[in-house]
Amino acid sequence: MSTQGLEIHGLRKRFGDVLAVADVSLVVPAGAFLALLGPSGCGKTTVLRLLAGLEFPDAGLIRLDGRTVFSRRDGVFVPPGDRGVGLVFQSYALWPHMTVFENIAFGLQVRRQDRATIAEAVRRALAYMQLQGLEGRYPQELSGGQQQRVALARMLVAQPKVFLMDEPLSNLDARLRMDMRGELKRIHRTAGATTVYVTHDQEEALTMATHVAVMRAGRIEQLGPPREIYRRPASLFVADFVGRPGINRITGRLVAEGESVFLETGAGRFSTTAPAALAGREVVGAVRPEDLELSEPNGGRRVEVYAVLPGGGETVIQVNLGGERWSVKTSKEVEWEPGTVRGLTVPPHVLLMYDRDSQRLIHPALAVDGGPDCG
Amino acid sequence: MEEVGPLPIRAQLYRVAYILRLPRVSLGIGLLAVLFLLVTLPCVKLFTAALTWDLADIRLSPAARPGEFTLFHWWRVFASPLSETIFYRPLLRSLATSVSIGFLAVGLGACLALLTARTDLPGRRWVAAMATVPYILPSYTFALAWLMLFRTERLGGGAGLFRHATGADPPEWLAYGFIPIVVTLTLHYAPFTYLLVSGALSSVDAQLEEAGQVLGASRGTILRRITFPLVLPALLSGFILTFSRALGTFGTPYFLGAPVRYFTLPTTIYSSMVTRTFATGYILAVVLIAVSALVIYANQRLLGTRGSFVTIGGKGFRSTRMRLGRWRVPAALAGWTLVLAAGVVPLFLLAWQTLMRYPDDYSLGNLTLHYWIGGSDPRLAEGEMGILRNSTILGGAWNSLKLSVLVAAVGGLLGILVGYAVVAGRKGWLARLLEQQAFLPYLIPSIAFGALYLSIFARSLGPLPALYGTFLILVLACVAKNLPFGARAGISAMLQVGGELEEAATVAGASWLRRFGRIVLPLSLRGSLAGFLLIFVTTMRELSLIILLVTPETRTLTTMTFRYTEQGYAQFADAIILLIVAMVLAGDLLARRLGRLELGA
Repeated sequence: MSTQGLEIHGLRKRFGDVLAVADVSLVVPAGAFLALLGPSGCGKTTVLRLLAGLEFPDAGLIRLDGRTVFSRRDGVFVPPGDRGVGLVFQSYALWPHMTVFENIAFGLQVRRQDRATIAEAVRRALAYMQLQGLEGRYPQELSGGQQQRVALARMLVAQPKVFLMDEPLSNLDARLRMDMRGELKRIHRTAGATTVYVTHDQEEALTMATHVAVMRAGRIEQLGPPREIYRRPASLFVADFVGRPGINRITGRLVAEGESVFLETGAGRFSTTAPAALAGREVVGAVRPEDLELSEPNGGRRVEVYAVLPGGGETVIQVNLGGERWSVKTSKEVEWEPGTVRGLTVPPHVLLMYDRDSQRLIHPALAVDGGPDCG
Repeated sequence: MEEVGPLPIRAQLYRVAYILRLPRVSLGIGLLAVLFLLVTLPCVKLFTAALTWDLADIRLSPAARPGEFTLFHWWRVFASPLSETIFYRPLLRSLATSVSIGFLAVGLGACLALLTARTDLPGRRWVAAMATVPYILPSYTFALAWLMLFRTERLGGGAGLFRHATGADPPEWLAYGFIPIVVTLTLHYAPFTYLLVSGALSSVDAQLEEAGQVLGASRGTILRRITFPLVLPALLSGFILTFSRALGTFGTPYFLGAPVRYFTLPTTIYSSMVTRTFATGYILAVVLIAVSALVIYANQRLLGTRGSFVTIGGKGFRSTRMRLGRWRVPAALAGWTLVLAAGVVPLFLLAWQTLMRYPDDYSLGNLTLHYWIGGSDPRLAEGEMGILRNSTILGGAWNSLKLSVLVAAVGGLLGILVGYAVVAGRKGWLARLLEQQAFLPYLIPSIAFGALYLSIFARSLGPLPALYGTFLILVLACVAKNLPFGARAGISAMLQVGGELEEAATVAGASWLRRFGRIVLPLSLRGSLAGFLLIFVTTMRELSLIILLVTPETRTLTTMTFRYTEQGYAQFADAIILLIVAMVLAGDLLARRLGRLELGA
């Protein structure tokens, strides 16, 4: 087996009555940028803390950079400081009684490096994060963005093999967050370290990560490249969680008619690309708002406009389709009064089919083996 | 990949070893042992001592077999012909005074809080600043000032101001007993409710009241339906805490009650100890603890899970002030008079007393500095020198200072460690047990706590030698009794520090000692300085707790003032009180200064 950046097998952690991590297994290659994405309480932060060694797992195995840092069965638990990981906290956790210099130097002092080496390493980290001149300041004298940079510099200076980040951008304002995304991507590229990034912000996950793991109730719902997570959500949960406005859904049943298979719903029937083998299944159809088109009333299925939400670059139009409210996203500027009748086009190849009971994707099929997740 | 089957024993043990090596666990277990020795063991010992014949009991009963089990003492306290005198009457008096003090102090404190926090009372800032002064003073300051006003010659020590002004002795009910005890302690404890309620009021958003106003509610309705329910928890806490403190207080009932044989439980415990009927004292202490615990338990039940402690100093909500209108002047006069009567007048009276050559001569010609700086004069106070030249008193001052500083440092540090173990333990059973132990002394009235320590450390205990008569026993008792303050300060400081700051150092590879020394301690010190000073101030004025434990070599200022009052040397007693007040005020001022610095940082 080639050296992987991160391997987790059968990881489990319970806090009292709460099973925070039920069963998590995943493997990503060295140098990957893995985003752990999920709603609050899904266990993503706990996974990160287990990786850092801040908690003792109930079961499982963790390998970081090819080295076993935890094995329940073999009695291995490498303490946090010896794991070669760096951690950036959501709150940054900068020590308020230490200057910027002291904050960054602390990890090196702990490792008993000599004074000159430390000064040089800190100087380089400061320069890299564009913090020159601030080394004498205290954290509370810095702006949020600067504090964030100090936290990153503090992590980088110890040259960890694995970066762990817990929602590092959630305390920044929207604009700064955009800038910092670029910054984080740059750091990841130049350092080449495997990065695990916890977030509940799907946009962050999709824009920065090479691998996204969507978590739900202590399990991984889907692991794959961002594009696949977005285009082929493996379950309705993922489909709903990723994408704004949310994915449009409609329940119905697949029926075959000659060569074609249609989705029969209360709002009419939709053409699909599903194979005849799926005919007869009770399904939920789902389609992304930007895959839909609105045109003249006679150009498609008749729908009534409910509201128009212009958003600058793009416009979201809410329409009534049967009993459902669907969203359509377009880059065009439109001004329609509520009640206006339009024609809705649903191209067959964009329609995703989920089994109504298991809520798992049944068509189109996922890439073989579910991508890089091969355990 | 995942292997199945039961885990090997080695893997199971590995985890146990990991958990035991966690600092919060090993530290928690160590602290639990310390607290067991300081708090729980004395409680247990109290019971066993109350069930055992003591050597001194041979005087009480011919059946006494020193060291053997007996129920004799329980019979003696609860069902003997003596019970009326040594138990039932003192119990009723304790309850009567404490309940009265509770109600009056809460009423007074709440009114004052409402006036300063929610109305346009003239000079409200000044009233607010002054309102807390009585609480800083030792509780028996008021008792001594009262004595100066109403002392009667019949009971020794020269007549008071009342007689001097009117020519007649004041009625005995005014000079001693129920009324003066209630009045003086009410003045002392009212600021406590004042602090709780103003804290509650400042954390109540005035918009809640404004919402009622907009809906057309009258001022009375708003007060009754909105404000009152919001501060009700603070009122209840104020009552409960005042009640339980009044229940355990010793100085005031002793000075104002004992001369007319008006005994409460604490003063009865004291006289039991002095007359060496220890078991009686222990049983009375058990009763005192039981009553106090019952009341605090009732408080917890009443308030449910909302918690009985209001966070003092909430967010700076916008608040509109009620116009007092034509009540402005009367309210202002009442408020000013109250804070003056409680905070300034007693100190003035005591200062005057110290300047009087003969304690009952109120003429100007009688004024002297003799009791402060005078040399030995055999005609006055048996030749004792003025307190600033008196090596015995200065020795006591040194003891007081040493004790307070030591207790503040040890208690504060212990509090930080407890806070660390509790907060890091995240509500695990160890953390909960530790927290409960640390708050146990809160339930135990001071005088009873002193009795506990007397009972356990009077003889050698395992490797520990007998500690009675040593300075160490005073330190231990004060540290243990102040544990609730220390632990509370430590816990809240730790909560502010937050676990992530330590975890960041953990990930950087720092050892626990390094983490604690470089990160946790420096950060929590800031937050718990106020707690340190609170312990300092409390210890400096402590009397009830240590009165049973001091010996001539370990005398502190408070116990000296007690002795001088007993001997009728009011000037010395009062001068010493002023000395204590000066030290306490210095500590308090420092605390406020540091508190402000902290806010500014």
